[in-house]
Amino acid sequence: MGFWFTAPNFLNDDQLVDLPDWMPKQQINLGLDLQGGVHLLWEVDIEGVNEQELVQLRATVPDVLRDAGVRRFKRPVIRNDAVQVRISDSAKVDQAVDALEEFSQPVNTALGTFETFTVDASGNTIEMRYTDEALLQRQSEVLARSIEIIRRRIDEMGTQEPTIQRQGDDRILVQVPGIDDPDAVKALVGKVARLTFHMVDTNVDPSALARGRVPRGSELVNEYPDGREGQGIPYSLQSKVMVDGADLTNATAAFDQFNRPAVAFTFNARGGKLFAEATRTNVGKPFAIKLDDEVISAPVIQEPILSGSGQITGQFTPQQTNDLAILLRAGALPAKLKVLEERTVGPDLGADSVEAGRNAAIIGMIGVLIFIALSYGSFGIAANIALLINLVMIAGALSMLGAVLTLPGIAGIVLTIGMAVDANVLIFERIREEVRGGRAPFQAVEAGYSRAMGTILDANITTLIASILLFQFGSGPVRGFAVTLAIGIVMSVFTAVIVTRLMVATWLRRRRPSTLSI
Amino acid sequence: MKTLKLVPQKTNLQFIPKRFIAYVISAVLAVASLGLFFTQGLNYGIDFRGGIVLEVRTEMPPSVEELRAEMGQLGLGDVSIQQLGGADEGTDGYDVFIRVETQPGGDEAQEIAKDKVKARLTDLYGTPFDLKPSILFDDLTTPEKNEMVESSIHYVSEGKVYTGFSVRREEVVGPKVSGELIEDGTMAVGFAILAVLFYIWMRFEWQFGVGAVVALVHDVLLTIGFFSITQLEFNLSIIAAILTIVGYSLNDTVVVYDRVRENLRRYRKIPLPELFNTCINETLSRTVMTSVTTLLALFALYFLGGSVIQGFTAAMIWGIFIGTYSSVFIAVPFLLLLNLRREDMVPAEDEE
Repeated sequence: MGFWFTAPNFLNDDQLVDLPDWMPKQQINLGLDLQGGVHLLWEVDIEGVNEQELVQLRATVPDVLRDAGVRRFKRPVIRNDAVQVRISDSAKVDQAVDALEEFSQPVNTALGTFETFTVDASGNTIEMRYTDEALLQRQSEVLARSIEIIRRRIDEMGTQEPTIQRQGDDRILVQVPGIDDPDAVKALVGKVARLTFHMVDTNVDPSALARGRVPRGSELVNEYPDGREGQGIPYSLQSKVMVDGADLTNATAAFDQFNRPAVAFTFNARGGKLFAEATRTNVGKPFAIKLDDEVISAPVIQEPILSGSGQITGQFTPQQTNDLAILLRAGALPAKLKVLEERTVGPDLGADSVEAGRNAAIIGMIGVLIFIALSYGSFGIAANIALLINLVMIAGALSMLGAVLTLPGIAGIVLTIGMAVDANVLIFERIREEVRGGRAPFQAVEAGYSRAMGTILDANITTLIASILLFQFGSGPVRGFAVTLAIGIVMSVFTAVIVTRLMVATWLRRRRPSTLSI
Repeated sequence: MKTLKLVPQKTNLQFIPKRFIAYVISAVLAVASLGLFFTQGLNYGIDFRGGIVLEVRTEMPPSVEELRAEMGQLGLGDVSIQQLGGADEGTDGYDVFIRVETQPGGDEAQEIAKDKVKARLTDLYGTPFDLKPSILFDDLTTPEKNEMVESSIHYVSEGKVYTGFSVRREEVVGPKVSGELIEDGTMAVGFAILAVLFYIWMRFEWQFGVGAVVALVHDVLLTIGFFSITQLEFNLSIIAAILTIVGYSLNDTVVVYDRVRENLRRYRKIPLPELFNTCINETLSRTVMTSVTTLLALFALYFLGGSVIQGFTAAMIWGIFIGTYSSVFIAVPFLLLLNLRREDMVPAEDEE
């Protein structure tokens, strides 16, 4: 069995493809520390999403109230993670609560149906608070969506087998093997990339704008022609979104008529219609293309754009237009991301580690083999054969389970080589004792194996406990160590007890020695 | 055939009568370890302290003093620079290890600091192209050639491009993650010890469980002391090493305890101290054999396994010595101290 699953590891890729289907093809996966790559742990800003949702709710409340015939109320405010609104007319409070409750649509989750938010009135003040279930639901939606977007973006990089997985409540682990530039991955993954088109306020006092003052219903956004460190040019943009980047169907890197790098895009039917409408009514006025929190460019509308496609030019390098096109195609992230942990190993360091680990394993192995043979004679040879079988089986188990081999994992294997002989040492020492106690060879061997068994189990179960805890609490490479250690322990007990016993018993039956040299 | 025996057959060393010497030595070492831990502390690695680590390979021999001075000027607080071997060891460059402490200002601040360090390295050694000296100038694209010509540090010799530096490894751990890693590491060691206490309690008597745990705590303390005194980097893999030491030491202890249990049932007349001494001597050959084979493998790993896991193997080697010592000199004698009586064991009529 062990040989069967280990065999593919000795083949190269071409030979692997030629193998018939019934042969196992799974090779040992090398961890990032051995093959090189980028490991990034991101935190998803759920808080930020929740805040946005509250702002959204606050903005909708007046419409809901007016539709329900409640006309006099104070401007809604956000306080303690809830939206509060004060109704001026006490008689209308019940009416307002009913309308808002109806507006709070139920969410369906795996656990059942829940209200999106609760509506409570105390006096004339009505408070709307998102329920825990709705928050939880939103959190998992945001995370799932983020992972999907990240996957699309990374797939565009054309790398092999990236790992993108959720970790805990608000984290995403991204591992990209074979890449040694973390900044390239970060540029692609970490950007929200929400593209929006806004009209620019033209009747704003330039001096007020310079001081950062913008009218209500507008927002202040800067353009950075010289990069983020340079001087920003402030714009007052209408908060209302003219067209959203979500309505793009395609985006590609291109060059404009002056041969400057640009991104060409196409709207879907809805986006095209909105854009045509807006450009027709605003000829001669500037509009702004906003990406996240900066203005990329603010061209003046020369003529209505009815084709449903356009171009974004800005201060771009070809690489940047390429990245931006990928981001726009993949879609915007639903939340901001932040890097918590970053680890990059260059491929050549990984290769060095593999070689060092292999050398250490071979030399350690030879040392142990010689020592055991010297100590126990022919019994030692049996133990050595068991040890070699053990090693092959560890490799087989790692391949079969698809476990990841890391540098500490190699250390785990080398350590197992040293410790694996322990079971045999226990048995052989026991046999020596029995021989000394005057038993005949056959009985001595028999007693040695059966008496050592309890000790072997006790001793190895305790080590197994330690390695399981290590797996539970460890992370990354340390887990790799725990896996190889645990597999090594189980395999070593099996080979030491069963395999050597078989060999020793066969040998005894054939030779029938009168004394044992052990 | 004459076989090699490290421990002669008729060994009868006086372990138990000399136990008080061992107690004193261990107590002194344990207290010293604790003292060192609280005064000198540990040289925490990036996993636990957060911060930035860069392993950089330069084409030309770097001046550690110059680098230290340059990095010191960046205003990033404590920056440590260490040279790892040299080009003469068969590598094609010089490896330098740069460690920057955690920057105040949360997770983003770490990234900014890392960019600063890389920018300064670029000033010193040239653009970090990922090119090897084996790359031919003619194979480059035009923009790459232009950049190379502009940068005075890249040079072309006999058609081969020599690049400034390449980043072999870079790690940034933010304060949030490092805090959690400390928590997880401590929990892992704590739970391991508890689980073991429980297991041994189930299989033996409570005295054995306590004795084993005292030995384990002793091992953990002395390993921490070892790291405090050597100031070797204490990182996640050292937690793994400590857990493995716990597993190994326990393995040793259980083997001797097993023998104690067996002999307690077999020889009902021999006084306990003498009986325990016999048990240790009977298992001594095995104890030494297993330690030697494990150490053989570990020394191979230490000398050949590369710099990344050297700290880990150093911890393990130390741990094998300490673990072996503690099962012989602490775990077994402690049974006497805990007042283990024959009656605790013998009535248990579960003869196999």
